[in-house]
Amino acid sequence: MTEADNAASSLAQHAQLFDAGAHVVAAAFVDGAPTLALADGVVLIGDPREQKRVVIYPDAAMLTAISDGKTLLTGGDDGRVVAVLADGSVEDIADEKGRWIDALALRGKACAWSAGKQVRARDESGAIKSWAAPTTARGLAFQRKGFRLAATHYNGATLWFPKVEGAPQTVEWKGAHLDVTFSPDGRFLVTSMQENALHGWRLQDSRNMRMTGYPGKTRSISWSHDGQWLATSGADAAVVWPFKEKDGPMGKAPRECGVRQARVTQVAFHPKALVLAIGYADGLVLLVRLGDAAEILVRHPGDGAVSALGWNATGSQLLFGLDSGAAGLLSLPA
Amino acid sequence: MSTSHEPEKIPVTVLTGYLGAGKTTLLNRILSEPHGKRYAVVVNEFGEIGIDNELVIGADEEVFEMNNGCICCTVRGDLIRIIEGLMKRKGRFDAIIVETTGLADPAPVAQTFFVDEDVKQAARLDAVVTVADAKWLAQRLRDAPEAKNQIAFADVIILNKTDLVSPAELREVEARIRAINPYAALHRAKKCDVPLADVLERRAFDLDRILDIEPDFLVREDDHGHDHDHHDHDGGHHHGLKHYHDEDMQSVAVRLDGDVDPAKFMPWINRLTQEQGPNILRCKGIVAMKGDPKRFVFQGVHMMLDGDSQRDWRPDEKRESKAVFIGRDLMEEEIRNGFLACAA
Repeated sequence: MTEADNAASSLAQHAQLFDAGAHVVAAAFVDGAPTLALADGVVLIGDPREQKRVVIYPDAAMLTAISDGKTLLTGGDDGRVVAVLADGSVEDIADEKGRWIDALALRGKACAWSAGKQVRARDESGAIKSWAAPTTARGLAFQRKGFRLAATHYNGATLWFPKVEGAPQTVEWKGAHLDVTFSPDGRFLVTSMQENALHGWRLQDSRNMRMTGYPGKTRSISWSHDGQWLATSGADAAVVWPFKEKDGPMGKAPRECGVRQARVTQVAFHPKALVLAIGYADGLVLLVRLGDAAEILVRHPGDGAVSALGWNATGSQLLFGLDSGAAGLLSLPA
Repeated sequence: MSTSHEPEKIPVTVLTGYLGAGKTTLLNRILSEPHGKRYAVVVNEFGEIGIDNELVIGADEEVFEMNNGCICCTVRGDLIRIIEGLMKRKGRFDAIIVETTGLADPAPVAQTFFVDEDVKQAARLDAVVTVADAKWLAQRLRDAPEAKNQIAFADVIILNKTDLVSPAELREVEARIRAINPYAALHRAKKCDVPLADVLERRAFDLDRILDIEPDFLVREDDHGHDHDHHDHDGGHHHGLKHYHDEDMQSVAVRLDGDVDPAKFMPWINRLTQEQGPNILRCKGIVAMKGDPKRFVFQGVHMMLDGDSQRDWRPDEKRESKAVFIGRDLMEEEIRNGFLACAA
């Protein structure tokens, strides 16, 4: 590769690099403001040159954080669930009294969290309902329509309507299930597993889908904007499964994007185009266009593993963070 | 250019012991002594710890089967989750202690460190430490399979409450322990008053530290002033301990002078641990591979095997191959003959 080629396929000079100060748990844009959730309990909001620093957990670690673009929801190892807004204001959502918050889900004004087996969902009005999972609930996700929550546990996942009395529906598959996501059209439920595999269910008939072949655990999953592709971490390439057909990925081979000699740790689809941001265990960040597999470098390797990626709503900016605290904000040239 | 070097992994000590043996006493001692170390403690019963410790994590022992075609491959799902979470506090503690319930099998905890890639990357299993009650252990070995498992599995055994038994009873219970596990380091204690150096930083699962696999009492005979009964002629054992045979849990030690043929040995050890893995709790070996100047060392838990080339054989060292297996209903003749058949 010539130097000219290198220059053409790199956006690294457009990335503003900075030190966030601690392991980056989540990277998101809250009301357009770049926002980093850090393991030391701090949230950084705003442009890297003039960041607002909000201390959420002065004496605890932030275990998990998610955002829907309006709110950042955080979970601490002191049991507190906190909602953070772009102006830095915070709202205490729950206090599980020292029990670790293992998973979060967020949809508009509704949210859910789990601490061990205890799963709680809070609706738009603030009413809280509880459900006890058979084992620790490792992952939570809201369906896009209707107030329905999926929770993963050992040997399956359970779909629960918090506002409806009656037994929740459990879909079964042997093994320990970790993270969970609904397909955007609501037809499929997909979990990542302890056994270096994904599992999926077609919800209309509970038909099983096995997605295997990973050398490591998948801990990052992202749907394309059109809902037709599911990108996953856990291999030396981003593994992207096709979900366009009515059978989903059954009987189809996945695409592999950004094949390198390093494990993919984070994936995030662009919100408007079939472009995937990929973060690796060696700190490199890459953009890959699904159509022609063209690759563009965003961050050179070094300083740890990429632990968080997030696009803004228009797809003009990408925020990334590493487990070492290194971070950066890419602004795509217009 | 970044220089990459392996970051120091967090040591994890597993504390087992039957109900009432004194695990919590030992834990409180570890936390209260002025050693300058900060521990993250994983417990199953909150509130028992009498010492203020910044990081006490309550856990449910969630034992998960792995769908990897290995019937005895179980892991502690809660431990995987906790170690992942603790990594968010990296730099704020030095070591992890996992206290299991009195009825727990130590195998899933140990296997977690063989199976889970993320755990392996962040932490290393240091040792399984079992606290045993000198007064009640003999009876528990008869009526509680869990107690026997914990003794068989241990790298370090704290024989506690020795002030509550007579010297004869003490010798008896030690002999019963040795019948099951002759390889663990055995320490007598009252109220768990053992030096913490005997409990922590043992590196019992570190392949580089497998130096020899002689039974503990042979290794320590010189430096231990134990009041062994040297007038006991029962069986003519090395140190005069009365010899017991435990009906279902034994250790098998095999040895051959000289080298093994790797083309025979590797398939044999793999097949043995696959076929008899459910019964083999622990195994360890130092092997001279034909044509290899380095010692080959291995260790295992049930079907999990971990092996590597270690240091060179020294010029003054006899090249020999030996292995020990601790387990239930072990087929001693079959294991011995199989091993001898691997001779180069």
